[in-house]
Amino acid sequence: MIQTQNITFSYAEKVNFVFPDIRTENGEALLITGGSGKGKTTLLHLLGGLLRPKSGSIKVGETEIGSLSEKQLDRFRGKNIGLVLQQSHFVEALSVLENVVLASWLATGKEAEEKAKSLLKQLDLEDQMYKLASQLSIGQQQRVSIARALINEPKLLLADEPTSSLDDENALKVADLLSDLSKEYNASLIIVTHDQRLKDRFPHQISL
Amino acid sequence: MITKLAWKNIWYKPLNTLLSVILLTASVAIISLLILLQEQFEKQFSSNIDGVDLVIGAKGSPLQLILSSVYQVDAPTGNISYDEAKIWMKHPFVKTAIPLAFGDNYRGFKIVGTTPDYLEKYTAKVETGKIFSRNFEVVIGSEIAKKLNIKEGDKFFGSHGDAEEGEVHEEFAYVVSGIASPTGKVIDNLILSNIQSVWAMHDSHDHEAHSENPEHGEEGHIHEDGEEGHQAHAQNPQHGEEGHVHEEGEEHHHEEISEEGKEITAVLIKFKNKMGFVLWPRLIAQNTDMQAASPAVEINRLFSLFGIGLQALQYLAYGIMLISGISIFIALYNTLKERKYEFALMRVSGASRLQLLGLVLFESLLLCITGFILGTIVGRVGLWLISSTTEQEYKMAFDPFAFAVEKEGVLFIVTIFVGVIAALIPAIKAYRLNISKTLANA
Repeated sequence: MIQTQNITFSYAEKVNFVFPDIRTENGEALLITGGSGKGKTTLLHLLGGLLRPKSGSIKVGETEIGSLSEKQLDRFRGKNIGLVLQQSHFVEALSVLENVVLASWLATGKEAEEKAKSLLKQLDLEDQMYKLASQLSIGQQQRVSIARALINEPKLLLADEPTSSLDDENALKVADLLSDLSKEYNASLIIVTHDQRLKDRFPHQISL
Repeated sequence: MITKLAWKNIWYKPLNTLLSVILLTASVAIISLLILLQEQFEKQFSSNIDGVDLVIGAKGSPLQLILSSVYQVDAPTGNISYDEAKIWMKHPFVKTAIPLAFGDNYRGFKIVGTTPDYLEKYTAKVETGKIFSRNFEVVIGSEIAKKLNIKEGDKFFGSHGDAEEGEVHEEFAYVVSGIASPTGKVIDNLILSNIQSVWAMHDSHDHEAHSENPEHGEEGHIHEDGEEGHQAHAQNPQHGEEGHVHEEGEEHHHEEISEEGKEITAVLIKFKNKMGFVLWPRLIAQNTDMQAASPAVEINRLFSLFGIGLQALQYLAYGIMLISGISIFIALYNTLKERKYEFALMRVSGASRLQLLGLVLFESLLLCITGFILGTIVGRVGLWLISSTTEQEYKMAFDPFAFAVEKEGVLFIVTIFVGVIAALIPAIKAYRLNISKTLANA
């Protein structure tokens, strides 16, 4: 569950954002839309603890993330927040499987290899496990990011333009996966996008 | 996991890594080779001058005198009169005086006429057999015994001079009476006899050989017009090649040889009274045809001479290490641009800033440690190669498995330091990476 109240943010004196309050229960999905420059990505980064708000409160589960130190925040983020980005980045030297395992190790200190394998299998990536991420197609890469975001069973799954570089077929597939898996893992899903194709897919929407 | 990650990361760019490792290996190899060479060289040189305060020999280069009489590596400066030398050897200042007479060699190993004190000076014992007591009995150094597989009771012929190809003295065979214990000093590569053997060999040799080979007057070898004729003994039948064991020859000289008018090559002096150390060099130079040289002084002079060369090489090697440090820095810095997404992503996945800092440092250290280990190995292979040639030519071996713990420790710390410095800026950049900005601009 995630809940925000009166959050504001400013990059410089001139650019000020005031964001509407958000509340998403476990297993629910929320779509945040809006044009360029409206602060979609900024909001997502605030929710993910990558940025700190100028004012207001953000609660993930029972934790007020504004009160965490930098180091605590890193830990908290690893354990409780999964992030899927528009463009997938990977540790290039590692295989797909190792990338997913790395995420579990960084967050928990344990290498959840079996879990990573089953998750990749579920995402139809069984044959790609031992390849380098750069050898995969964009759609496949996006699915690996989802696996990586879910490996630690986060309370909150954030997706930043997850479908904008994908074709229709892959875009819908990824949207379905995000929605199904977040339900399965009982995580709140928040997608930030300007992708029109997703607007029909997710009923809960906020426009910035 | 972090080790695996760092390891995979450095090999993901194999060319960059290879360049850095090769440069590091080269510099560490050169430096560790120089360290070992210098250390063992000095040790070998210093251990041989233990118990020698002064060397008396013919006039000439004092360094040459020391090298020839203490280290057996150079040609001798010439001969001195034994009568004259005895005056100094019996001086009350003197604790021990060991006379040395060079004459022949056997397969390139010098045969040195001396007294049993010589063995004592090197703390060598006669391990098997007994010390030479009669003429032409010899004690073999441990290395020679091992290399030439010589046993007690074996006989061989010496060749004249210090060249292996020298004329063979077929008149008398040397008999091995004993084998010395290993000492790691020059004595391991010497064949020792009493002084009389050298005189006897060359008395007869002179009478015989001068006719056929009138000009072999190199200095340093005993060429005497001995008073006693030994022609009779020179009529031995033709023997086989040198080293051949043969049965006759037992009837060698048993008569005493007069010391009168004989010459020796040098005397190693150890003083009771250290005044001699100060006074003798001038006294001897002024009053006799001889000179007295201090091994410690000459060897220091020698070290300072080639020390400059070693120093220059060492600077060169540290220069290469600096370049390898720069190469690591450039490699890390360049990949940082591509890797910042990777770092941001790791942060998102729960990695802390310190973990990223650690990762970058660790990658650099991994390169440095790999380079250090390879360099240490390559350096030792180099030393082994050098050792096999010096052993052949100078009878001086280096131990490639020895460790100069202190100096190599310093080298290791310097290597690590280079690694840390090279990684510092990239690591700090990784530490201070703004993940939000990095991911937003993706």
